[in-house]
Amino acid sequence: MSADTLSTVDARPVEDGSALVRRRRRRRALVWAVRVAAVIVWLVSWQLAATYWIDPFYYSKPTAIAGRLVDWFTKGTAFGSIWTQIGVTLEEAVAGFVIGALAGVVLGIVLGRSRFLADVAAPFIKAANAVPRIVLASLFIIWFGLGMSSKIATAMVLVFFAVFFNAFQGAREVDRNLVDNARILGASRFALLRSIVVPSATSWIFASLHSAFGFALIGAVVGEFTGADKGLGLLINNAQGTFDAAGIYAGMIITTVLALAAEWLISTAEKRLLRWRPPSAGADAQI
Amino acid sequence: MTTPVIELRGATKRFPATGSGTHTAVRDLTLTVAPGEFVAVVGPTGCGKSTTLSLVSGLEAASSGDVLVRGEPVRRIPSGVGYMFQSDAVLPWRSVLDNVAAGPRYRGVGKREARSRAHAWVERVGLGGFAGYYPHQLSGGMRKRVALAQTLVNEPEILLMDEPFSALDVQTRALMQDELLRLWAGTGAAVVFVTHDLEEAIALADTVVVMTASPATVKATFPVPLERPRDVEEVRLTPEFLEIYREVWDSLRTEVAKAREEASRVG
Repeated sequence: MSADTLSTVDARPVEDGSALVRRRRRRRALVWAVRVAAVIVWLVSWQLAATYWIDPFYYSKPTAIAGRLVDWFTKGTAFGSIWTQIGVTLEEAVAGFVIGALAGVVLGIVLGRSRFLADVAAPFIKAANAVPRIVLASLFIIWFGLGMSSKIATAMVLVFFAVFFNAFQGAREVDRNLVDNARILGASRFALLRSIVVPSATSWIFASLHSAFGFALIGAVVGEFTGADKGLGLLINNAQGTFDAAGIYAGMIITTVLALAAEWLISTAEKRLLRWRPPSAGADAQI
Repeated sequence: MTTPVIELRGATKRFPATGSGTHTAVRDLTLTVAPGEFVAVVGPTGCGKSTTLSLVSGLEAASSGDVLVRGEPVRRIPSGVGYMFQSDAVLPWRSVLDNVAAGPRYRGVGKREARSRAHAWVERVGLGGFAGYYPHQLSGGMRKRVALAQTLVNEPEILLMDEPFSALDVQTRALMQDELLRLWAGTGAAVVFVTHDLEEAIALADTVVVMTASPATVKATFPVPLERPRDVEEVRLTPEFLEIYREVWDSLRTEVAKAREEASRVG
């Protein structure tokens, strides 16, 4: 049995456990220190420049933006509570994300497994992908009105294509060996799909979900730009109409925080679902 | 003589070649395997040995000729066939236990029953302590054990093996060969074991079939009258083994030379 030993996860001979840990911790502290310093330098120079040199009317300044955010959260916006705006945008983005991702995954896997359907659909999908989809936001306003559904539709269309292509590729690249092996073991067509194709496409699909939620937010916000009575896009659009640079920045910051929170959620789900994967070598340096 | 469990009669397999025309992998192949017989198929690398297994397993259909399993022509994957592939085919997203339980689950066995059968096989291949591990946490030899258990848990009557141990280091390979003989001894399954390693073929099999260079067909068949149970490491050193080796190698040598010539002409 001696040849059959467990492959250790981290095979590097550890020079001395505690020294290594200390060195790693020190490095992490350094990385954070430089990050914080960069942000401080940036904010302070912006603040100084806006006070003494450039016109804050166009470029605003950090304190004005912070003031606007505090204002929104304590006194509310011109269109009601800030939480309502965030809630509306989030609901649109999440609904568009879920519908678009589901449609993308299902259609991607179906076309990925059926050569015939893929051949038939290829030109249509290429054409649909070439359409500047953001323009559809205008069309959806006409179709669905100023309410939420037009924004959900815009978000959905953006998400769909991002997810579809990855699901398609993932379903195509399934290891032939795994499929043959499962067939020999007695898998039916459906069992093959469920136990082989879907799990092996999952890493591809997750790769696209990271950017897909960003697209969903873009879809919701752009939809609100085009015409809405609530939402962050409306706030930003209104700020633009009143030459309120601070308002635009404040809206941007809220949207960014939402996107980061969603990204964190998706990464957590990914880690759970794909825990069978070997730890990748470049995991530390991921952006 | 009993009816053969596998019978190929003049089986030919052509594939569409890159560019135009076809490539003949297997030509006019005639081969029979009796129930419980261990047949090793040797031939030069890339001659079409694996294609023979795909024909028997029903993964590929013959272009002409007959392929019979238990007297029935093969149209789909026949029941009672197990197939161990050359490269890893264990599911990376399932634990060892769930990998082994896959076969029974596919065949409609309940979850609990499938797991208990799988558990017994995981123990039998010596992975008792690793049931909850994922394949990437195991060594190459251990993954082979998982694949072996995954195949054997279905209790196949016919076991097809396509150079299953070729990727292992020499010691692990010998270990796995012994393990295979030990596990096979109780099953009464017929085995077709494809390899390019003549030593492995003789050490394991009752019958060694030598294939010609591409396109493959049977050149000669040699019985291996070595006693069982065998110890793979020991049996290699006996004079009987060496005698059989010399005899088979005489036949195989010309084919290997031909294959080499071919390769140098193409490459």
